[in-house]
Amino acid sequence: MVKTERTRNRVDSDLNISDEATSELLRQLVAHLRENRTQLRQEWARRITESKLLTAMSQDEIFAEATTIYDSYVDALQSGTFEALQTYARDLSERIIPRGVETHEVIGIVLLLRDVLARSLFAKYQHDFGLLNRILDAYEPAANRIANTVAVSFVQERERTIRQQQEAIRELSTPVLQVRDRLLILPIIGVIDPQRARQLTEQLLRGIRTNRAKLVVIDITGVAAMDSNVANHLVQTVEASRLLGASIIVTGLSPEIAQTLVTIGVDLSKMNTVGDLQGGIEEAERQLGLKVIPVSESSIEQIGT
Amino acid sequence: MEVPILKQGYYLIATIQAALTDEDLLKLHYALVEQVGKHRSKGVIIDVTALDIMDSFATRTIRSLAHMIKLRGADTVICGIQPEIAFTMVQLGLTLEGISTALDLEEGLVLLNKNNTKKRKP
Repeated sequence: MVKTERTRNRVDSDLNISDEATSELLRQLVAHLRENRTQLRQEWARRITESKLLTAMSQDEIFAEATTIYDSYVDALQSGTFEALQTYARDLSERIIPRGVETHEVIGIVLLLRDVLARSLFAKYQHDFGLLNRILDAYEPAANRIANTVAVSFVQERERTIRQQQEAIRELSTPVLQVRDRLLILPIIGVIDPQRARQLTEQLLRGIRTNRAKLVVIDITGVAAMDSNVANHLVQTVEASRLLGASIIVTGLSPEIAQTLVTIGVDLSKMNTVGDLQGGIEEAERQLGLKVIPVSESSIEQIGT
Repeated sequence: MEVPILKQGYYLIATIQAALTDEDLLKLHYALVEQVGKHRSKGVIIDVTALDIMDSFATRTIRSLAHMIKLRGADTVICGIQPEIAFTMVQLGLTLEGISTALDLEEGLVLLNKNNTKKRKP
């Protein structure tokens, strides 16, 4: 992060110390863009729709965003600094990524704006080829840097979102929950890959130790498929838990998984299995010597009063 | 390093306090089998909380020890296996089959008491 800051500052200062002529041309350019703001902005929005970009957003939204981007764009051209634009791009990404806007669309619209503005410059300076050349010399590097900044901000934001979600999934993936004194449940949902299986076992064994559990119900209702590696890992987990003095009840084996396990010949003799989670917990309570007794209606009324 | 063997009522408690050499393990082996007869013990608890490795030799010795103690008329409970060690042991195929295990000393005593009362009842 620090490194990118530094690089940007250096480039900025390069831009700032560029010769007087260029900055004069840029000033001219900015004045031109300010003058034709409405018309160029409309042209841009029209071309966005034409190219079928940002289809996830409505016409009005596109126009509103286009206005803000246009102004930031011109500001960036004028000042030669990109912080404001970068912040805006990141903010925009945060808003539109969840709506399914793709990277190519964002880069596409910025490039479109660059082209629209370049065209307007061609139109304005067509009578003086030399001046047009100089204007473009000033305009192009700055415009490219803007496109670059926006694209990078978007991708960074996207990566940040992905990282956050991965983190969240990792944390959510293996909750070890205590439901009764000395009884834990471990609901497993989704695909189990070797890495997750290892993490799962580690957390379960640690959970057994910290909660001093005697029984663990592992519920695999949410597991769609299981291969021999994962099945063996499950058996090993059961064995390891036994070494810690806890027994394991596996519940919620789907017909498919049951069939796979039998077909691939996993030794399930040591596994205690019960149909569903409710049955598993009832069995566990029985083994712990607990019993759930319904409270009679009269005593419910007593509690109520 | 020698392993102290404590007598607690009907039970013997052997707490392993540091990594043992194979020789020490064998000594413990003989001493325990000997003392079960001497004290007419009903159960033996081997506490391995302090061990951070259980190799194949240790596991095999403990297993044969448990079977011998069984033949001498007492139960054996291994307690205090660390989570990481438990999983490593299972991966190496050292599963201590047919031997009772418990989380810690307290659980071990509870387990022995339960087994004994069960035996006496009928």
